[in-house]
Amino acid sequence: MIWQQLQSLVGSYPLAVRGLGMTVMLSLISLVLGTLLGFGLGVLRTGGNRLISTAIGTWVDLIRGTPFLVQIFLIFFILPELGVELDAFTAGIIALTNLAACFICEIVVAGIRSVPTGQVEAALASGLSRWQRMRQVVLPQAMRIVLPPLVGQYVLLIKDSSVVSAIGLTDLTRVGWLVVQRVPNGLLVFFLVGLGYFIVCYPLIMLARRLERRMGAAHGEVQL
Amino acid sequence: MLENFSFRTIVEYLPLFGQGLITTVWLSALSFVGALAVGIVLSAMHLQRGWLFRVPAKAYIDAVRATPLLAQLYFLYFGLPRLGFILPELVVGILALSLNSGAYVAEIIRAGILSIPRGHAEAGVASGMTYVQRMRLVILPQAFKVTIPPLLGQAIVLVKDSALLSLISVAELTRAGQLLASDRFMPAEGFITIAAFYLMLYYCLKGLAALSGRWLGLAGART
Repeated sequence: MIWQQLQSLVGSYPLAVRGLGMTVMLSLISLVLGTLLGFGLGVLRTGGNRLISTAIGTWVDLIRGTPFLVQIFLIFFILPELGVELDAFTAGIIALTNLAACFICEIVVAGIRSVPTGQVEAALASGLSRWQRMRQVVLPQAMRIVLPPLVGQYVLLIKDSSVVSAIGLTDLTRVGWLVVQRVPNGLLVFFLVGLGYFIVCYPLIMLARRLERRMGAAHGEVQL
Repeated sequence: MLENFSFRTIVEYLPLFGQGLITTVWLSALSFVGALAVGIVLSAMHLQRGWLFRVPAKAYIDAVRATPLLAQLYFLYFGLPRLGFILPELVVGILALSLNSGAYVAEIIRAGILSIPRGHAEAGVASGMTYVQRMRLVILPQAFKVTIPPLLGQAIVLVKDSALLSLISVAELTRAGQLLASDRFMPAEGFITIAAFYLMLYYCLKGLAALSGRWLGLAGART
C-alpha cells in the first residue's frame, strides 16, 4: 500500500518540478519588481510632497488591511471587467508585486527616517543635489536598517506565492493538491510540499537573522 | 465595466456577509486564544537551557515559519482523516491557524522576555527569589508590556490569514464574497464588499494597537 503510494508519488515527479519552477518564477519576478517599486515608493513617500506621501500611505494601508487572497480575487476577476485582459500568471505577478512593494515601502521609509537629520543637512551644506543626497548619503546608511527585514519580507513573499494556487496556477501547493487526489496520503504529500518551501525559505530566514545580528553589531547597539 | 455595479445585490446579500463577518471574528478570536496557549508553551520550551525541550520547540517554530500557511492547512485538512481524526472543516481551520500563529506568538513572547535586562534577573537572584518568583514578579510583568503591541500585530495577521479557510469551504467572510461572485457572476460586488469589511476589522485592531501602546507608555511603539 505504502509502496504503491511511493511509486505513484515518484510518478508525479515531473509535475512537482513544474510546480516548484512556477513557485520560484513567481517569487523571483515579483521579488525583483516589488523591490524596485518598493524602494521607489519609499523614497517618494519621504520626499516631502504631502499629497504624494498621503496617497502612497493610504494605498499601503489598504493593501496591508486586506487578505492577500481577496487582493488576488479582486485583480483576477475585476480587472477584466475594467477591460484589462489578463491570464492567471500575470494576475499573480501583479498581486505579488503590489504586495511586496507595499511592505518594502514601509521598510524603506523606516530605514530612511532612521538616518539622522544632521547627515542630510551636512549633505545639503556640501551642495549635493537631492538625488545625490538620497543615493550617496541617506540610502547607504538606511540599508543597515532596511536589509534584515527586507530578507524577511522575501520569505513572506515566497510563502504568499502559495495563495495564487487559488486562481488555478500550478505552483508547488497546487501540485500537492492535485497529487493528493490520486495518492490519498495527505500527510506525506504535504510534508513533501512543505519540505520544498522549507529548502528555499529556511536559508533566507537564517540569512535575515545573521544580518540582523551583524547590522546591530556594526551599529554599536547592544543586542539583547 | 463597473457602471452596473449593483448596490442592491450587496444589500440583498448583506445577511450572508454579516454571518461571514461574525464567523471570521469569532473563529479568529478563538484561534488567537489557541495561538497564545501554543505560543506560551513553545516559548517556555524554547527558553530552557537543556536541549530536550529547546530543540523540538525551535524545530517546530522554524518549520512553521519556513512553510506557507496554505500548505500547513492542507497538511491538516488532508492528513488528519488519514490518522483517523474526521473533523469538521471549521475545527481543522481553527487548529491550523492556532498552530501557525502559535509559532509567531512564541517568538514575540521570547523576544519580550529576552528584552528584559539581565540585571533584573540577577537582582532577583541576589534578593533570594526562586526561579518562579523571579519570572512571576520581575520578568513577566515587564515583558508583558513589551509584547502587547506586537501581539496585536499578530492578531491582525491572523484575521487576514483566516481568509484562507474559505479554500477548505469554511463559511467565513471571504466565502460569502465567493458565493456572491459565483451565484450572480458579480465578483466586483462580492470582493469589494468583503475587502471593506476586512479593512474595518484592520482599522479596529490597528487603533487598539496604537491605544495600547499609549496606555502602556511605550515610547515610539510601532505595530
